[in-house]
Amino acid sequence: MREMKTTMRRKLTKYAAPLLIMLMMVMLSGCSTNMMVLDPKGPVGADQRDLIYITTILCAIVMVPVILLTAWIVWRYRDTKGNKAKYMPTWSHNTTAEVIWWGIPIVIIGIIAVFTVKYTYELEPSKPLESDKEPLVIEATSLDWKWLFTYPEQNIATVNYIHIPEDRPIEFHLTSDAPMNSFWVPQLGGQIYTMSGMSMKLNLQADEPGVYYGSGANFSGEHFADMRFEVTATSDAEFDKWVESIKAVPDALTLEGYEKLAEPASSPVLSFNSFPEGLYDKIVNKYVVDKPAHQHGE
Amino acid sequence: MWGNLESFSDFFVTGDPMILGAQVSIALAIIAIVFVLTVFKKWGWLWREWLTTVDHKRVGIMYIIASILMLFRGGVDALLMRLQLAMPDSEFLHAEHYNQIFTTHGVIMILFMAMPLMFGLFNIAVPLQIGARDVAYPFLNALSFWLFFFGAMLFNVSFIIGGSPDAGWLAYPPLSELAHNPGVGQNFYIWGIQISGIGSLATGVNFVVTILKMRAPGMTLMKMPMFTWSVLSSCLTILFAFPILTVTMALLFLDRFLGAHFFTLDAGGNPMMYINLIWMWGHPEVYIVVLPAFGIFSEVVATFSRKKLFGYNSMVFAMISIAVMSFFTWAHHFFTMGSGADVNAFFAVTTMVIAIPTGVKIFNWLFTMFRGRIRFTTPMLWTIAFIPCFIVGGMTGVMLSVAPADFQFHNSYFLIAHFHQVLIGGVAFGYFAGLYYWWPKMFGFALNEHLGKWAFWLWNIGFYVCFMPQYVLGLDGMTRRLYTYDFDMGWGPLNLVSTIGGFLMGIGFLFQVWQIAYSIKVHKRDTTGDFWDGRTLEWSIPSPAPLYNFATDPQVKDVDDWWETKQKLARGEKLPPKPALAPIHMPKNSAIPFIMSVFWFGAGFGLVWDWLWMAIPSLIGVAVCMLARSFTYDDDYYIPVDEIKRTEEAAAALKGATT
Repeated sequence: MREMKTTMRRKLTKYAAPLLIMLMMVMLSGCSTNMMVLDPKGPVGADQRDLIYITTILCAIVMVPVILLTAWIVWRYRDTKGNKAKYMPTWSHNTTAEVIWWGIPIVIIGIIAVFTVKYTYELEPSKPLESDKEPLVIEATSLDWKWLFTYPEQNIATVNYIHIPEDRPIEFHLTSDAPMNSFWVPQLGGQIYTMSGMSMKLNLQADEPGVYYGSGANFSGEHFADMRFEVTATSDAEFDKWVESIKAVPDALTLEGYEKLAEPASSPVLSFNSFPEGLYDKIVNKYVVDKPAHQHGE
Repeated sequence: MWGNLESFSDFFVTGDPMILGAQVSIALAIIAIVFVLTVFKKWGWLWREWLTTVDHKRVGIMYIIASILMLFRGGVDALLMRLQLAMPDSEFLHAEHYNQIFTTHGVIMILFMAMPLMFGLFNIAVPLQIGARDVAYPFLNALSFWLFFFGAMLFNVSFIIGGSPDAGWLAYPPLSELAHNPGVGQNFYIWGIQISGIGSLATGVNFVVTILKMRAPGMTLMKMPMFTWSVLSSCLTILFAFPILTVTMALLFLDRFLGAHFFTLDAGGNPMMYINLIWMWGHPEVYIVVLPAFGIFSEVVATFSRKKLFGYNSMVFAMISIAVMSFFTWAHHFFTMGSGADVNAFFAVTTMVIAIPTGVKIFNWLFTMFRGRIRFTTPMLWTIAFIPCFIVGGMTGVMLSVAPADFQFHNSYFLIAHFHQVLIGGVAFGYFAGLYYWWPKMFGFALNEHLGKWAFWLWNIGFYVCFMPQYVLGLDGMTRRLYTYDFDMGWGPLNLVSTIGGFLMGIGFLFQVWQIAYSIKVHKRDTTGDFWDGRTLEWSIPSPAPLYNFATDPQVKDVDDWWETKQKLARGEKLPPKPALAPIHMPKNSAIPFIMSVFWFGAGFGLVWDWLWMAIPSLIGVAVCMLARSFTYDDDYYIPVDEIKRTEEAAAALKGATT
């Protein structure tokens, strides 16, 4: 029995230490590579990354010492012959100690809560971003299983990709004409659900040109994995050039065309030189039963 | 009559070699079981000793066996998913199959693995810990088990008949509505959960009453073992949470069955209401399963540190406050619904506040070990491993609760890694610790520690190898429920590592099966009834406990009463004389719980297929069973003193023979 205990102990030290080190390495390696969320290219994503760092550090201040303390206690008080550590089998209460460890989490959580509330209001997705430029409006509709993007000012539409000008706020209007999805471009900022019968606002901005990965983040059925799109950020001039090029494509999106597009299937990347006026509002209102009262009289 | 069946393959799932393999192996397993039972003439034994039993110890064992089978099924689902994701652009599973697998994996692991394993441990330990002869309502207890069992079977049958549900483990509408999900899979989901849910709710009632009304004389609430406290807080949470699930499922059923519009896209339905409702159950559910794990850790850590649990009052207060607060955090599952900063700030703060009592519990466990003497037995190893694992899981939980940051974590693999870390590191580790801890009490023989340690290390190393990379994948934009991804995304290597970790855990499970099989064969008898040198009442009686548990009512004076009694004996103090034996009042076996649950299965199966000719008679059968029970007056008997004497003497002789 005792022999078994000794081998057990040897095993414990042999495995426990590398395990903890491995854990830390994975955690640390997270900070050094170019993970999308930690490599933001816009102000919203940058704030969110900062917030992630702040909470990680605040949590780690408590967590790391506690993990080390655990290892020390387990080692120090192991049941082995000749262990000289104190043994107090009935010691089970100490008011000061308990006040301390109620206090530590209360303080840490208190600090995190203050940060959280502050940032929750600052980063409210429907709030316009500060900028001297007018925001560009893009309406995004999640369909089974593709994304339709309509540019109301430019009167063009795309499927499964978007172009945006850099350094200018983009006001995304989000809805769905299919089961709920979620619009997420990690390098620009966090996601918001696309829901039928509702129009949500999400303000994002790209600070530098580049191609950013975007996806439908919320499961919406069979070919949900195909709901990816690229966001290309370019200079204003190049953006205008791109708009012109889309205006020159032969296809227009018609209402029938939209109905066909909305049918459940995956879709390649598409471009349309125009779309029916008010299409987005039509999609949003499609599911609204109780129209505002004044409309009934009209 | 067969309404919506146009061909054979509408009924039996055909055409998939993997499912065909499962069908064949299920058929072979059934034939083998029937063969063995017949050859060894065990049908009567099975019926009398198990199918009709109302003994909480047997019900507990049946729960545990069923949950281990479900752990196997849920685990195979997990490994299939990991195989599919190990490589980019993999074509091992197609989209539809993958969607079914992650749905059944989630439902089975939470509702048909964690819940019954938990109920099994309740049944095994609670009456013994509080010095009771059985639970408050033994008949209802058996009924709860059989409802769970047939609910789980109904859900599992969808794998080979009709097709599995595929809308995620919480079946968000409108995806789970008829318009987007016309098959019967979603009906199996609703009725599997409904039928087993009645059982869960009844178990909640049963244990609240048992704990409040059936404690041994002298055991005040504040002298209860900590596991019993955790069961009480978990069951109170069940009482408030499970009705919400039942109503939500009923509304979804009305939508699908009668064409109502609670959650549909059209006609004024509001799918977001479902998401609120399901999480009003779903978040408390997480605490329902983790609180008893906290209770187990408290028992194990005190026993194997040979020291009194530190901060008993704090522990109780922390547990109750977690149970209460769990009802005020549900919206953190959808910060991204755009409810506005006020709502998000409120739910962010309520969520992180739960970390406070949880943190306190960790400190109390640590200081129970501090100045103790720690024995590294398997239950203790799982407990020690739980602490760092849960600390990291708790930390990522706090990170997720920060609403604006959650916009970046939500629906990503970061979230997946987090909840697996708290559910495996907390719940699974806890229940394993409990299973190892109470095993000798349940069966009267010990599990092989050597194989148990192999299983422990495989599980633990496997866990970190599997889930740590998933945090990184989440931060790199990988979303959950993707059945495939492009090579260009660069997610391949970490996914491969994660898959390796998943298989290490799978091997760990095989070691556990081996451990159990080996230990049954070796059968190292526990003659003392106090295998671990325990502290609470369950260790004061023989293993396995006799039918009546306690020959005479124990008189409780302290927390850890059995430990104090042993201390007194060691000091040579005289114990007060035990009261004279008296006949013990016991409940009779009943076939009604089993039969009634079979009828429920029939009703559920009928409603799944829209076959009222099957559903209505089955529901009448349920009603007849209830009536029959209402008019059963001969449902109890007394164990005569002679028999108690014989049983006690045999146990004493066994003990005397070895000491």
